Amino acid sequence: MSEVKKVATRESYGNALAELGAEHEDLVVLDADLAAATKTGIFKKAFPDRHIDCGIAESNMVGIATGLALTGKVPFCSSFAMFAAGRTFEQIRNSVGYPHANVKIGATHAGISVGEDGATHQCNEDIALMRTIPGMTIINPSDDVEAKAAVKAAYEMEGPVYLRFGRLAVPVINDTPDYKFEIGKGIVLKEGTDVTLIATGLEVNESLEAAKMLEADGVSVEVINIHTIKPLDVDLIAKTAAKTGKVVTVEEHSIIGGLGSAVAEVLAEKQPAKLLRIGVEDRFGESGPAVKLLEKYELDAAGIYKKVKAFL
Amino acid sequence: MTNLELQKTAVKVRKGIIDGVHAAKAGHPGGSLSAAEVFTYLYFEEMNIDPKDPKKADRDRFVLSKGHTAPGLYAALANRGFFPVEDLLTLRHIGSHLQGHPCIQHTPGIDASSGSLGQGISVATGMALSAKLSNEDYRVYTLLGDGEIQEGQVWEAAMFAGSHNLDNLVVIVDNNNLQIDGTIEEVNSPYPITDKFAAFNFHVIAVEDGNDFDQLRAAFKEARETKGMPTAIVMKTVKGKGVSYMENAVGWHGKAPNDEEYAIAIEELKKAEEALCQK
Repeated sequence: MSEVKKVATRESYGNALAELGAEHEDLVVLDADLAAATKTGIFKKAFPDRHIDCGIAESNMVGIATGLALTGKVPFCSSFAMFAAGRTFEQIRNSVGYPHANVKIGATHAGISVGEDGATHQCNEDIALMRTIPGMTIINPSDDVEAKAAVKAAYEMEGPVYLRFGRLAVPVINDTPDYKFEIGKGIVLKEGTDVTLIATGLEVNESLEAAKMLEADGVSVEVINIHTIKPLDVDLIAKTAAKTGKVVTVEEHSIIGGLGSAVAEVLAEKQPAKLLRIGVEDRFGESGPAVKLLEKYELDAAGIYKKVKAFL
Repeated sequence: MTNLELQKTAVKVRKGIIDGVHAAKAGHPGGSLSAAEVFTYLYFEEMNIDPKDPKKADRDRFVLSKGHTAPGLYAALANRGFFPVEDLLTLRHIGSHLQGHPCIQHTPGIDASSGSLGQGISVATGMALSAKLSNEDYRVYTLLGDGEIQEGQVWEAAMFAGSHNLDNLVVIVDNNNLQIDGTIEEVNSPYPITDKFAAFNFHVIAVEDGNDFDQLRAAFKEARETKGMPTAIVMKTVKGKGVSYMENAVGWHGKAPNDEEYAIAIEELKKAEEALCQK
């Protein structure tokens, strides 16, 4: 078997910024002393004058981004998800969300796959926080191809966008000729009739792998990639729920407030179906290698397979 | 404008504040009144703005970081011609474009939404940076309360502005010495304010009387001439200035006058106006 190509979506973010920066002079990148880790350093190397390091002061960075946006620039401000969404929630809510400022937040190191840094840096709450802000678009891409497409789409749309990227290198799964990224449109990766796996971020690939194991057991599995958590593709979710009657959400985020909650709302209001939410349970993470943590928290293909079997 | 004209305008701004807060039965008269002169000076003398073209690209920007004193800003904008003065009576009413705190989508002349303390100065700093990045020569002004500077974000922004030599940024601190729970020393003293901004690489101008147009004129001229660093104008003012029973009274931070109190305030402002007309 040939080696699967793996890229961390934070790397895709940095590369996409550098590509877009060459075309668009109004694109400005902000960071908070993490340019090497968030990969905005790639942009900095190409366009040092348009890379502003705000230092370890994320709250101010969000305000600086707003000021840039209100005067015609398109700022991407970057930090780890914990600080980009957690520390600055109220700044994003009031300075960015309320005036619907054209600020893009590039949050890297989301979820437990941060790994060794442990619970203080493993943000499993960012989607929940961002979902509550009126007018916020939230994108959680699954691989390199999708992450780059998401950054481009975020630049092209007017209004605030929260982009969620990971630290861990993950397999490239969307390098197909017919791949098309559209904000708010989920992608059916595989059709099936017994159960639907609705996944986001790096869990899309894990869900595809779990589906193979389930298919080997004779279970017909539908797999859907929801890269945009908000606005959510309500029609697609209602449609698949009506089709299979059993829905499993899979995310590297708390089962409270993220994709699982968003899908639960759709099922409760539009199309009742049995639901299992797979994600980080109501608890904090811990230190360890990312792959081992995904295994321990049953967020890898084997864990998903086991949970879905019990659910069916 | 002459100082006399500015003084007469400031009385109109004060009347707009009292009218608005009375009609709303809520709002923040004290800190609006203490800043009536600086609002007047900025919108009638200092800033490059056009009420007929509120979004013109090369305009100077103003961010009211102490957003709760929106009645003062609204009164200045209305008297400057951004919208009818009568609109001030709709302050805080349902459906009004005059929200409790400034909102960029609703009100002509508002350059940033603000109201959560400590955030406006960051937005203003971002605007000043933006001008530098694209070689534009507009200037950015932001007004903070002296209680507001207890917020840590203010000093994050100040550190950034000083570090990036943003000489197109003017940070004004309305030092009326009162916040909701008491004097700023009693609550959590930010003094010495001037030394703090100096330590953050600002050119600091201490204004002894921020309700005096001669002193404001000199301060803003000095700010304009300052190169290579941002300016902080720390101006001592009287909270509630112009309405006798509100002056230096902590209780008038966020309270509307009743009908009787309103009549007294309007009478005092009328007398102030008449006195200026005698000059």
